[in-house]
Amino acid sequence: MSIDFGLIFARMPEILAAFWVTVWIWIVSNVLAVFLGFGVATLRRYGPLWLDLLLRLLVEIIRGTPFLVQLFLLYFGGPFIGLSLDPIPAGLLGMTVYSTAYYSEIFRAGYNAIPVGHIEAAECVGLTRGQIIRRILVPEMTMLVLPQCVNMAILMMKETAILSIITVPELTLVVGAIGSQQYAFVEAMLLLALFYWFLVELSGFLGRIAEARLSKFRFAHS
Amino acid sequence: MTRSAVTVRDVHKSFGKTEVLKGIDLSVPQGSTTCLLGPSGSGKSTLLRCIAFLEETTSGTIEINGQPLGFAETGDGKRTRLPQSDIRKVRSRIGMVFQQFNLWPHMTALGNVTEALVTVRGMKRKEANAIGEAQLARVGLDDRGHHYPSELSGGQQQRVAIARALALEPDILLFDEPTSSLDPELTGEVLNVMRELAGGGMTMIVVTHEIGFAASVGEKIVFLDEGKLLLDGPPSEIFGTPRHPRLQQFLETYLDRGAATLV
Ligand SMILES: Nc1ncnc2c1ncn2[C@@H]1O[C@H](COP(=O)(O)OP(=O)(O)OP(=O)(O)O)[C@@H](O)[C@H]1O
Ligand SMILES: [Mg+2]
Repeated sequence: MSIDFGLIFARMPEILAAFWVTVWIWIVSNVLAVFLGFGVATLRRYGPLWLDLLLRLLVEIIRGTPFLVQLFLLYFGGPFIGLSLDPIPAGLLGMTVYSTAYYSEIFRAGYNAIPVGHIEAAECVGLTRGQIIRRILVPEMTMLVLPQCVNMAILMMKETAILSIITVPELTLVVGAIGSQQYAFVEAMLLLALFYWFLVELSGFLGRIAEARLSKFRFAHS
Repeated sequence: MTRSAVTVRDVHKSFGKTEVLKGIDLSVPQGSTTCLLGPSGSGKSTLLRCIAFLEETTSGTIEINGQPLGFAETGDGKRTRLPQSDIRKVRSRIGMVFQQFNLWPHMTALGNVTEALVTVRGMKRKEANAIGEAQLARVGLDDRGHHYPSELSGGQQQRVAIARALALEPDILLFDEPTSSLDPELTGEVLNVMRELAGGGMTMIVVTHEIGFAASVGEKIVFLDEGKLLLDGPPSEIFGTPRHPRLQQFLETYLDRGAATLV
């Protein structure tokens, strides 16, 4: 037996379609999760205590259980509470909820890492709480949490493979199926690894560009 | 008789069970420089932070230019919190300079100085920049406006922080150990700026361990000890002999900060 990619390349259009599904679910869920995660962290910081505790519980539950299990529950258990979703919406929702929990923790730590003095200096010159969040905390936090966010996005890129179990037509599902049909399973898996590796490298690269652009703002030594 | 810019009456401040300020009375005349001395933990920062309304007093009153800060007394000895807009108005008369500079690292020096002009005062960018540049020039940094804090020395950062406070044209400037986190060779440039401000008639309250500065610039010296205001008077009286034993003890620990000439 020898490695032969020809059989797989014949099915390239299907593979590229699946690649696209992976990419857009990944991007959309991560963009949503960054904003939602920021919102959760902000509500926990400035909202009432009960809300902080409630959100903390939800975040702990989501972070404390495997993504696979959450996805199963959402997709197969959802209909029992009247939430019947097709694979793609279910996958998108599952990815978003799961990563929101993680992003919210990144932002919570980011808030806490900003020196209190920076906020006090802003209060002293008369900025309101909203202005302090917008003008001081968000930009400062961006540079603090950017590396962790890039990391998180990369982890979530690889987690998209799990969406195959609820039959989202993404890379792992499609390429795996083609591999079985064409009796070229090893080739299929190699190609799959290559795709993911390419996406991971690409996000790492973009992340480094963003970090370099922000490096001027690094914290001043005092 | 000059009017009082800051009046502190019987101010108490507790953190939980520990009482840090135990009944402070202090009056700061307009246009004068008051230096606040005292051993570590005596409550200097806490008092200054109460005046900046970064801490709320537990009891007692603080008036800024005759206006109550934060709370209004109701007849029966209780007090109510003033509306936020009143608090902001009174607070806007005060500028604060911190030991750690606290510049915002994502803004240039000019950005730091003009931020409140644009965001709070709603000024046009161009107009704000003109004021910002003038204030930076005032602290000798007209050529550093486009540098980020991380590209400036500690002394330069602190001068930007002073310019940031000045840009809002406060009546009173508060300094909490403005030179304590600077290398010794950089303290001079900051103290010089402060000396000039004092000469220009700015009302200042300065917490400092620079005894030489306090003795030469301070028109009033206040010595705080264990949350109480132990001494309050002109430098000639406070530093002159006979000297309070607690102050004598304190000065001896600061021989290298210009206290040598006094001791
Ligand atoms: N937020 C706080 N919570 C609890 N205790 C505090 C707080 N801030 C200050 N303290 C306590 O109040 C006391 C006075 O502190 P403060 O910072 O006012 O002293 P200081 O005179 O400025 O000292 P230093 O010269 O070291 O700056 C200290 O015992 C300190 O531990
Ligand atoms: Mg202090």
